[in-house]
Amino acid sequence: MDDLFGIPAPLLFGQLLLGLINGAFYAMLSLGLAVIFGLLNIVNMAHGAQFMMGAFAAWMLLNWLGIGYWAALLLAPIIVGITGIILEKAFISRLYKLDHLYGLLLTFGLALIIEGVFRNEFGSSGLPYRIPAELSGAWDLGFMFMPVYRGWVVIAALILCLATWLIIEKTRLGAYLRAATENAALVQAFGVNVPRMVTLTYGFGVALAAVGGVLAAPIYSVNPQMGSNLIIVVFAVVVIGGMGSILGSILTGFALGIVEGLTKVFWPEASATVIFVIMAIVLLARPAGLFGRA
Amino acid sequence: MADTTTTITAAAIPDPAQESHGVWGFTRAQLAALGLLIAFLAVAPFLLYPVFLMKLLCFALFACAFNLLIGYVGLLSFGHAAYFGMGGYLAGHAAKAWGLTPEISILLGAVTAGLLGAVAGSLAIRRQGIYFAMITLALAQMVYFFCVQAPFTGGEDGIQAIPRGKLFGAIPLDQDMAMYWVVAAIFLGGFLLVHRIIHSPYGQVLKSIRENEPRATSLGYRTDDYKLMAFILSATLAGVAGATKSIVFGIATLTDVHWSMSGEVVLMTLVGGLGTVFGPVVGAAVIVTMQNYLAEMGAWVTVIQGVIFVLCVLAFRRGLVGEIGNALKVKL
Repeated sequence: MDDLFGIPAPLLFGQLLLGLINGAFYAMLSLGLAVIFGLLNIVNMAHGAQFMMGAFAAWMLLNWLGIGYWAALLLAPIIVGITGIILEKAFISRLYKLDHLYGLLLTFGLALIIEGVFRNEFGSSGLPYRIPAELSGAWDLGFMFMPVYRGWVVIAALILCLATWLIIEKTRLGAYLRAATENAALVQAFGVNVPRMVTLTYGFGVALAAVGGVLAAPIYSVNPQMGSNLIIVVFAVVVIGGMGSILGSILTGFALGIVEGLTKVFWPEASATVIFVIMAIVLLARPAGLFGRA
Repeated sequence: MADTTTTITAAAIPDPAQESHGVWGFTRAQLAALGLLIAFLAVAPFLLYPVFLMKLLCFALFACAFNLLIGYVGLLSFGHAAYFGMGGYLAGHAAKAWGLTPEISILLGAVTAGLLGAVAGSLAIRRQGIYFAMITLALAQMVYFFCVQAPFTGGEDGIQAIPRGKLFGAIPLDQDMAMYWVVAAIFLGGFLLVHRIIHSPYGQVLKSIRENEPRATSLGYRTDDYKLMAFILSATLAGVAGATKSIVFGIATLTDVHWSMSGEVVLMTLVGGLGTVFGPVVGAAVIVTMQNYLAEMGAWVTVIQGVIFVLCVLAFRRGLVGEIGNALKVKL
């Protein structure tokens, strides 16, 4: 009775929700990559590792210091963001005059170091992180049961993405940022401390990845490899959307998550590769990406 | 910040006055280094463990193939594991399931990798710079997922117990020494081929694309065709390396198509020196030796590789061979 396109409705909506959640992570991560790339001209290959650090920071805060989920949601991004700022000051800032590819290689090296250290410390198997009491349980939506936490993740991700978009598009700080993206030297001539802005931007992008990690901790098990496979999909998302537009990367992220979820229903074997196939098609039809400037 | 003028290999290019061509496009210094390399190949199996040497040579050829793209066209492929791994799978399957001779199996692996390179390359060259790297990485991840699911690759188990067989159906390769000479010949052939490509008129056009693509276009070169051809050549050679490796070790697994393998070949080339003729060989020797001695350290190997990456990028962009060449004021 509850069949849609020959698929039981709960299965369809369940996968749609999973897709939406994956999409939320794609959106948050590609947004962070786009913000960093916009100002620093660097593809942050360590983004997945920093997402993983966010999840581990939440786990450590809970298990070592007894600090719960809500505080971790604020503290973990700050901690990881500060490590990002240190990395930018110590290493990344030395490369701005060189080819972009060196930034990619450097951050790839940093990602290897971070992942390796966590693998040594915590092993490869996942660590559990309990869903906070306020968000456990499920809503009965009539056609399906929706776990409260999953709904929260989608809403929180949407709020974060929109807030970032507002900051960048509608505030004075955002205006400086966009101006520096266009012409850093000129903005500096107006008395804006561009190097500090670059450092803080990197810290912000990294913190955004870390929030994603905290949100992901109760859904996926917390493990050192949780970021590296995700980030490759996010790169495909970024190629599809183009990094020129903030709103574009948010939309592309959510949309591709949903497409992936639907593929799981109709053709499960293809679900791991569907985003890469879409990337290939987009490259053939619109090489600059859906929202990219050529 | 939008336009940077330093190209990725600029550090490794000594002045053009040194481009005097001796025998086969080798300069005198390069000839001396080539002599050393051949002498090493001839003597090494009597001093070192041949199986270790064969692993080293397979990776050295892989790195040379990768260097053809990054060093001479300026294209950073972050997905070369796909061609290396697929070459290995195909050769393994051909040798085991179809019972073909090793040279035909390796050839099949190479052709498959080349075709895959043609498809991936034609997509990737539509974008430049960092996008090129991300596209090649994403496409390689797609190949990885294909290999996880495809029936002939054996999934998590891989293809095991691949027979070495008889070369040309006549010479048995079960003895390590016999296998070694074949691998050494394949490596040297691939190495000289890369060198020949670089020093052909075609290679000069590739270098001009690396230096200034719009200018190469304005001179009338179809740069996309040149880039695609270089990508296919590089993928094919990577396939030869992977295929040879699976014949030597009798096993083809997911490790060889995983993104971390793509990272390793970047590291080898970076350590040896991007855009140097001998750099990838030296880099592969360093990294393979390191992995051999540090194998029991587990995840620390990853950390050490990461540290080497960071050091190379920050302080050591010429690589080992590039630094030696710079110190001796020769091009190696």
